[in-house]
Amino acid sequence: MSGPALRLAVELDGDGAHPAAWRRAAHSPDHLLTPRRVARVAAAAENAGFTLLTLDDGVLPPGSVPDTVGRIGAVERAAFIAASTSVAGVAPVVPLTYAEPFHVSSQLASLDHISVGRAGWVVGEETQPEAARAWGRPLVEGAAARASESRDGVAAVRALWDSWEDDAVVRSVATSRYLDRDRLHYVDFTGDTFTVKGPAIVPRPPQGQVVVLGHPDLVPAEQLDVALVAGRGLAAVATAAAGAGTPRVFAEIEVALDTAHATAEERVADLEQHAPWTDRGRLRHVGSAAGLAALLERLRGVVDGVRLHPLVLDEDLPELSRLVLPHLFERRHAVRPSAGATLRTHLGLERPANRYATAAVPAGEVTR
Amino acid sequence: MTRTDPLDVPRPDAQLHLGVFFQGVNHWTIWSDPASGSQIDPASFRKVARTAERGLFDAFFLGEGLRLREVDGRIHDLDVAGRPDAITQLAALAAVTDRIGLVSTSNTTFNEAPDLARRLSGLDLLSEGRAGWNVVTTDNAWTGENFRRGGYLDHADRYTRAEEFLTVARALWDGWKDGAASGSPGASTWAAPGAVRRVRHRGAQFDVDLAPTLPRSAQGHPVIFQAGDSGEGREFAARNADVIFSAHGSDFDDALAFADDVRRRLLSAGRPEDDLRILPGTEIIIGATEEEALEKKRWIRLQQVTPATALGIAGLLWNRDLSDRDADGPLPKEDPVVAENDGSFGARRIADPYTVVAEWREKAEAGGWSLRETVIALGPQRGHVGTPAGLADRFTHWVRHGAVDGFNVTPYLIPDGLDDIVDLLVPELQERGVYRTEYTGTTLREHLGLREPLTHRSTTDGRRAG
Ligand SMILES: Cc1cc2nc3c(=O)[nH]c(=O)nc-3n(C[C@H](O)[C@H](O)[C@H](O)COP(=O)(O)O)c2cc1C
Repeated sequence: MSGPALRLAVELDGDGAHPAAWRRAAHSPDHLLTPRRVARVAAAAENAGFTLLTLDDGVLPPGSVPDTVGRIGAVERAAFIAASTSVAGVAPVVPLTYAEPFHVSSQLASLDHISVGRAGWVVGEETQPEAARAWGRPLVEGAAARASESRDGVAAVRALWDSWEDDAVVRSVATSRYLDRDRLHYVDFTGDTFTVKGPAIVPRPPQGQVVVLGHPDLVPAEQLDVALVAGRGLAAVATAAAGAGTPRVFAEIEVALDTAHATAEERVADLEQHAPWTDRGRLRHVGSAAGLAALLERLRGVVDGVRLHPLVLDEDLPELSRLVLPHLFERRHAVRPSAGATLRTHLGLERPANRYATAAVPAGEVTR
Repeated sequence: MTRTDPLDVPRPDAQLHLGVFFQGVNHWTIWSDPASGSQIDPASFRKVARTAERGLFDAFFLGEGLRLREVDGRIHDLDVAGRPDAITQLAALAAVTDRIGLVSTSNTTFNEAPDLARRLSGLDLLSEGRAGWNVVTTDNAWTGENFRRGGYLDHADRYTRAEEFLTVARALWDGWKDGAASGSPGASTWAAPGAVRRVRHRGAQFDVDLAPTLPRSAQGHPVIFQAGDSGEGREFAARNADVIFSAHGSDFDDALAFADDVRRRLLSAGRPEDDLRILPGTEIIIGATEEEALEKKRWIRLQQVTPATALGIAGLLWNRDLSDRDADGPLPKEDPVVAENDGSFGARRIADPYTVVAEWREKAEAGGWSLRETVIALGPQRGHVGTPAGLADRFTHWVRHGAVDGFNVTPYLIPDGLDDIVDLLVPELQERGVYRTEYTGTTLREHLGLREPLTHRSTTDGRRAG
């Protein structure tokens, strides 16, 4: 199969995709939550050539009970990473089940300013009932209610990003106006469970709209820039991709690679003694780097990109960096992001027009 | 400055602390000058934070406002506005600074305690113990229109909520025993068994039950700042805060009276009277000579109080739209209209405008001032103006006499407005032995010379236990 070159994303939360990944990490647990560790993993992924780094999150501790693992909030990690990288996009997972859409909008717009247009957002969900008590908010019960929060939340967040037109800061010394208030807009958003007045307190993000990624069964397709699709086999992924209805589609792939010290199978088996590698119905490659490269090549034309979930970051990221990504880049089966471009540009997405933008005044009719 | 016998100086060894307040929204930040840079470009934040760090400042502060300001229902368009989310911006600055404290102004009314506590902890860990939280309370329904809950909180309840908020936050910050996460790669569990305690809290404001996801940082807890001037605000600070960010920093007697009041309240709250740092917000204008400094001040005031801004400020006082008047002409002839307090943070109303207007008229007449000159002369007299040596003498006197512990400086220009303070004033302060010559600690708590967090203290040493 051939098609346009793939865009590559990688999920960097914790020590890897396996709940017990920390057991094979190259560092002790107390180093996981240090700035050095956060920066180092991000730098390794950026240097490898990934276009997008994603960071999982949720209010409940990760790991399998009773073995607690700590986790710094994804937005804070993303901002830290944005300031210590220069090319890769950075996308925190932020669920809207309980969060304030106004705060989420500000945080993600700020991330886009901080990264000069490299921000993304993976819309998450808080599915566990315990999450409500952890937030201190009334339970949002059932898939339908959660979907409604996600739908309204994303719509409100996106409206707030447009609530400042791009040139709302006019700094007009002649009229003493810092802002042009006609280019600021109350969003007056009304959802099923909340309203938001607006405008935002953060000027419009550099990308116009932060790149929104999500699962099409959780967020309506028209709200997404990139659908993240699952499927245990290529056919299932192809079906899901064809039906996604979003500008871009990325396949979710869980990855365990052979290393110099152990085969992928052995590594997985080692961790399975402690906890099962949760089956989320995603493509899973357990094996050689060459096998993964071949799988990715077959995905060209089926999807626009992939998001890899490495079993153990400290073990799989070096293999991806050394063997898989160079192979794909050399054959132009995947592209490296280039410095100075936005995440939208890397994904081939237009910078969206502002929904509130007043029609441009035709030339010659400019009044003074 | 007055020469005093060293024995008469109450705090001969006291040190001055400096913070920088990147305010973001106000008319004191000049935007019209060519030297004024972007208010949102990350380079501006980086530049200010790094300059402050070069000047060995304790902290870099960001303010917060959760709705764009309005006057009479229209968005206020004269001043700098539009700023990043504070914690998000500070987490980015943690990556490009090493020592300076990173303080977020964050509201207790329109946040949930577990969520904000976790975000602050994350900042604290990413900065290795440099986070601070300036606790502010906003109750107005006008801001509430941006949030799920709307304007649900009575004015009387806002410090009640703030206090319960802090209780929950502290419980979460104390939820992990020190050394909970294992220090050996081959550990059998990630965290020591039983090292993470669930937090169950049921109160009027919060009903939560969760396992905290984060250990304590190098400084234990984020440093707690309080900014609020009412009696309730001061009581809240005396019970809870490590630092007060006050508005009493321009007049020595006023600053000393405020500091004495706070110290009394601290003792009543069962804390040592040196347990809290008082850092008023201020502006510092430096010239090579006194005349040059005054000339610079005049230029700065004219940039800050443009004709339109002068008419806007007078409009709030008169409670009339004066935007079509001549700011360089005389004061309006009409009487002011007494405004109803509309609860909006967009515009601050004056309770007794008649008295103020009468005073303005009298002084304008005596001085032969235009409306704009009157606004400049009689508006808040903020900050300090002088030569580096003169200011250093004055600040040494203030800090050694216990009027302040330092200042939280608002630069009138972004991003270069701190340069002369760092290059000219700081060396003079160092010469007087009132300012550090290098960072001696790595955490914000250490920079400020604070004791350990209130909840970590034992009951036996006379202090409060949590
Ligand atoms: C120096 C200073 C700085 C403040 N900065 C902020 C701010 O950035 N955001 C905010 O919402 N309130 C800010 N406040 C307002 C206070 O948090 C508080 O709401 C206000 O002073 C009224 O409280 P009070 O009734 O206790 O005086 C500030 C107050 C002071 C004195």
